[in-house]
Amino acid sequence: MIELIDIKKSFNGRRVLNGLDLTIKSGEITVIVGRSGEGKSVLIKHIIGLLKPDSGKILLDGQELTTMKTKEFSEVLKRFGMLFQSGALFDSMTVADNVGFALAEHTGLSPKAVREVALRKLAQVGLSGSEDMMPSELSGGMKKRVALARAIVMDPEIVIFDEPTTGLDPITSDAIANLILETQRQLKTTYIVITHDIKLTYKIADMIAMLHKGIIIEQGSVDHMRGSEDPILSQFLEGRADGPLSID
Amino acid sequence: MDKNLLERIGIRAQLSVQITGSMLIMLGTATYYLFTPPVKLRGIFKQMEFVGVQSLFIVILTGSFTGMVLALQSFNALQRFGAESMVGPTVALSMARELGPVLTGLMVAGRAGSAMATELGTMRVTEQIDALYTMGINPIKYLITPRILAGILMLPLLAIVTDFVGVLGGYIIGVKVLGINAGVYIGRTIDFVSIDDVVYGLIKSTAFGLIIALVACYQGYHTKGGAEGVGRAATGTVVISCVLILMTDYFLTSIMF
Repeated sequence: MIELIDIKKSFNGRRVLNGLDLTIKSGEITVIVGRSGEGKSVLIKHIIGLLKPDSGKILLDGQELTTMKTKEFSEVLKRFGMLFQSGALFDSMTVADNVGFALAEHTGLSPKAVREVALRKLAQVGLSGSEDMMPSELSGGMKKRVALARAIVMDPEIVIFDEPTTGLDPITSDAIANLILETQRQLKTTYIVITHDIKLTYKIADMIAMLHKGIIIEQGSVDHMRGSEDPILSQFLEGRADGPLSID
Repeated sequence: MDKNLLERIGIRAQLSVQITGSMLIMLGTATYYLFTPPVKLRGIFKQMEFVGVQSLFIVILTGSFTGMVLALQSFNALQRFGAESMVGPTVALSMARELGPVLTGLMVAGRAGSAMATELGTMRVTEQIDALYTMGINPIKYLITPRILAGILMLPLLAIVTDFVGVLGGYIIGVKVLGINAGVYIGRTIDFVSIDDVVYGLIKSTAFGLIIALVACYQGYHTKGGAEGVGRAATGTVVISCVLILMTDYFLTSIMF
């Protein structure tokens, strides 16, 4: 379980996270939704240690992450996998090398064994036969799938997805959503997804949390969120321009 | 002097101190990881090949033409005093003490330094460095340490090549074109050039290698703002490295010679 307690973070005097509290249960898909610029990426960067909060605590199974030393934290990071919005594939490496990279660095496996695992993960995301391609030769959807294979290659306990369907066509987006569901059901991993794609959210979420003005204004199951009478939440989930959320 | 100007100078000075501090911290961290196992030799050799082997052609070209032009110019000047035999030592001393290390430094800054900053900058803006971090791989150990080590190790070797081809170029022009006696040319060169001249030149080029790699790594690693930021990092690397090389050259020369 991941607990974020009273997290505050400012950039150049602008408060982005304003005493945020959030609990993410193990073995579930938690989707964090919110408008662009609300700090969703900032939030996940705190969980993975890319950013440190100005104040507040982040606990992973009761262990405080915020005060951990670098060396200790790099061990904790092995429990995480992350899929970046852009894929963040290493453009100097082949697809198989990208997927097997963490294995090659962290385990004593032979290059042959690393490649075998990478091929298995690529097959899991439906990309058999693409192992020797370079990232520049892949389409947007393929990049996301390779990034997913790379994120789950170490069989992590927690996988974080940063806008997994942004920039993809509806069919590829749905395929990615299916893939997220399939891999989560197979591995029983904790998935944290940040997105403003409502269709994806309804399809995959066990739990939804709505981020607005630096705090979680509502958190609950899909049915609970759908039935909410909160005007901000219902405007966002229905994707209406009129309502308390104004267009900047 | 108006207050705004003073304020701007103050902000600039503060920023310079801040950047220098951050660069030194980066250097310290990279050095620490150099001695922290596991040491990945493959990454180090890859960078050595990139900085050293791939710079060889441009360094040979620059060194040989510089030696040749030095021979021509010094012959013109020395002929007036009947001291044509001093062309050899003039070329060799100039190459070993100054032009070899400095020209190598400037060329490598332009070629390898800018490429290093561009590569790291692109990795930063496309979140590849963040991806490394989230895999539990220390980006300083994986990306910065091999580059700094490669800069320090390869620049002296490249400077030796520059020195050699420069002296060779000078010899060809002096002896074959300008008609100086070969024995006199070589004899005088040996008389006047000591091993210290070469060693001091190599010490300089080691310092220049550190400057280029550190500036490139710092600029690339801290790139912000997409493609424009990557361009700024590459340009900044070349400008800052070249200025620092020339300034360091002066101070090292005043200490060593």
